[in-house]
Amino acid sequence: MRNRYLIPLVYILFLLLPIYWLVAMSFKTTNEILSGFSLFPQTFTWANYATIFSDPTWYWGYINSIIYVTLNMVISVTVALPAAYAFSRYRFLGDKHLFFWLLTNRMAPAAVFALPFFQLYSAAGLFDTHIAVALAHCLFNIPLAVWILEGFMSGVPKELDETAYVDGYSFPRFFVSIFLPTIKAGVGVTAFFCFMFSWVELLLAKTLTAVDAKPIAATMTKTASSAGYELGLLAAAGTLTIIPGAIVIYFVRNYIAKGFALGRV
Amino acid sequence: MKTQNQKAWFFVLPVLVLVAFNALIPMMTVVNYSVQETFGNNQFFWQGLDWFEQLMRSDRFHAALGRQFLFTGIILAIEIPLGIVIALSMPRSGFWVPVCLVTMALPMLIPWNVVGAMWNIFTLPDIGLLGYFLNHVLGVHYNMTQDPVAAWVTVIVMDVWHWTSLVVLLCYAGLVSIPDAYYQAAKIDGASNWSVFRYIQLPKMKQVLTIAILLRFMDSFNIYTEPFVLTGGGPGNSTTLLSIDLVKIALGQFDLGPAAAMSLIYFAITLLVSWLFYTLMTKDDTK
Repeated sequence: MRNRYLIPLVYILFLLLPIYWLVAMSFKTTNEILSGFSLFPQTFTWANYATIFSDPTWYWGYINSIIYVTLNMVISVTVALPAAYAFSRYRFLGDKHLFFWLLTNRMAPAAVFALPFFQLYSAAGLFDTHIAVALAHCLFNIPLAVWILEGFMSGVPKELDETAYVDGYSFPRFFVSIFLPTIKAGVGVTAFFCFMFSWVELLLAKTLTAVDAKPIAATMTKTASSAGYELGLLAAAGTLTIIPGAIVIYFVRNYIAKGFALGRV
Repeated sequence: MKTQNQKAWFFVLPVLVLVAFNALIPMMTVVNYSVQETFGNNQFFWQGLDWFEQLMRSDRFHAALGRQFLFTGIILAIEIPLGIVIALSMPRSGFWVPVCLVTMALPMLIPWNVVGAMWNIFTLPDIGLLGYFLNHVLGVHYNMTQDPVAAWVTVIVMDVWHWTSLVVLLCYAGLVSIPDAYYQAAKIDGASNWSVFRYIQLPKMKQVLTIAILLRFMDSFNIYTEPFVLTGGGPGNSTTLLSIDLVKIALGQFDLGPAAAMSLIYFAITLLVSWLFYTLMTKDDTK
């Protein structure tokens, strides 16, 4: 039975190899990278990171990304909470169709929407603002948030609601002080998935921004093409994009597996 | 039992407004473009269904669609079984569980263009780890910017690297929900490993597998950023998947009409296949 752990071990090694290479490269000088193959950085340097932390176009990329991701997370979870509650507790006209329609929005390729989004948000005067990207990402994050939260809420027995009403709680007070704490794991998982899909998406974020709200990922593509081939710098920027995700995932590590398992199909 | 309550609509309203704003208005714009021709300057001419007819007879569209189905088919055939196998062999409790889960989820949290760039430098023939290893240690001639087969293999391996963990996490979630009593009963009955898998684990994983297959289908069918950054659709057109081609037409050539018509057909195909999957996988439950 010892051998069976070999499979996850090999898989994890396979996952870590490209990441190792990215990190190793970020500590090399561009000269060393281009001059030939070396498994470890020969002349270890922090210069690439120093460039990023001292150049506003670089570090603002990170700040911009974090701003719109956080905005999106807050909006998605806030509006999804009452909706998920409605889906898990009540039957109403067109509920099943509405639920399926929400899910279909996850199927629309971002490429399809890139241009119309640009026009829509330009017309609304929101082009190149953080809120524009945050709202656009709602397209695929709200359906997901409703889906996951509905699963968690359906796991809470209805008696909880009824007891609270008998005890004289009003609905808002019940929702905030009793119901929310009960499903806080679900809220955490939902926030995590919203963070994840908003953080990794680039096409819409890039289409909707120019200068002021430009995401880090777009700064990277631009630098890659304009500054020749600064691989070390690119690798350092890439390494830094992994860190926020790693931090967030550490906090929800015990719940991520549960998140989707509870969702209904 | 759920109670009938039409006021629940007020709870759903904010979601409805936000999603409709993002979904319906752009969708109507696309529909609008798909029946018109433009030469810039915001002048549009009624074109009817010409773009759709043209698209149906276009070899370029058929080729891109074919590549898209091939890609999605291959990655589903690899990621789903691989994900099940890894989930089955993972430890169920103890110190290593969170370690496994966190490292496995890591690739999914990397921005998509970074994934592409990362695999690009990983596979560079002379200075990338994989490229160097293949060319100089194993002596295989490998250069994905010239060889279409190598480019395909690289794109597929990249996707397996990126997304198999999603299947693993989902299956793992299904597996840990099986009570120990099931396994004990199976042991008493003298069930083989295979029958434990076939009659206990697989049925318990069915729901999460449905989600996994659906999500992987939708996301792989819509994939754009990673292969675009990795190969740029080349060499030639060999890895130009459907959405890469779409962006080329819409933003590269600014042919809004054909691009819009293509978007609609694209969306319709995704919807249709997802619906088919969904109906097939859940038809036993509703009986």
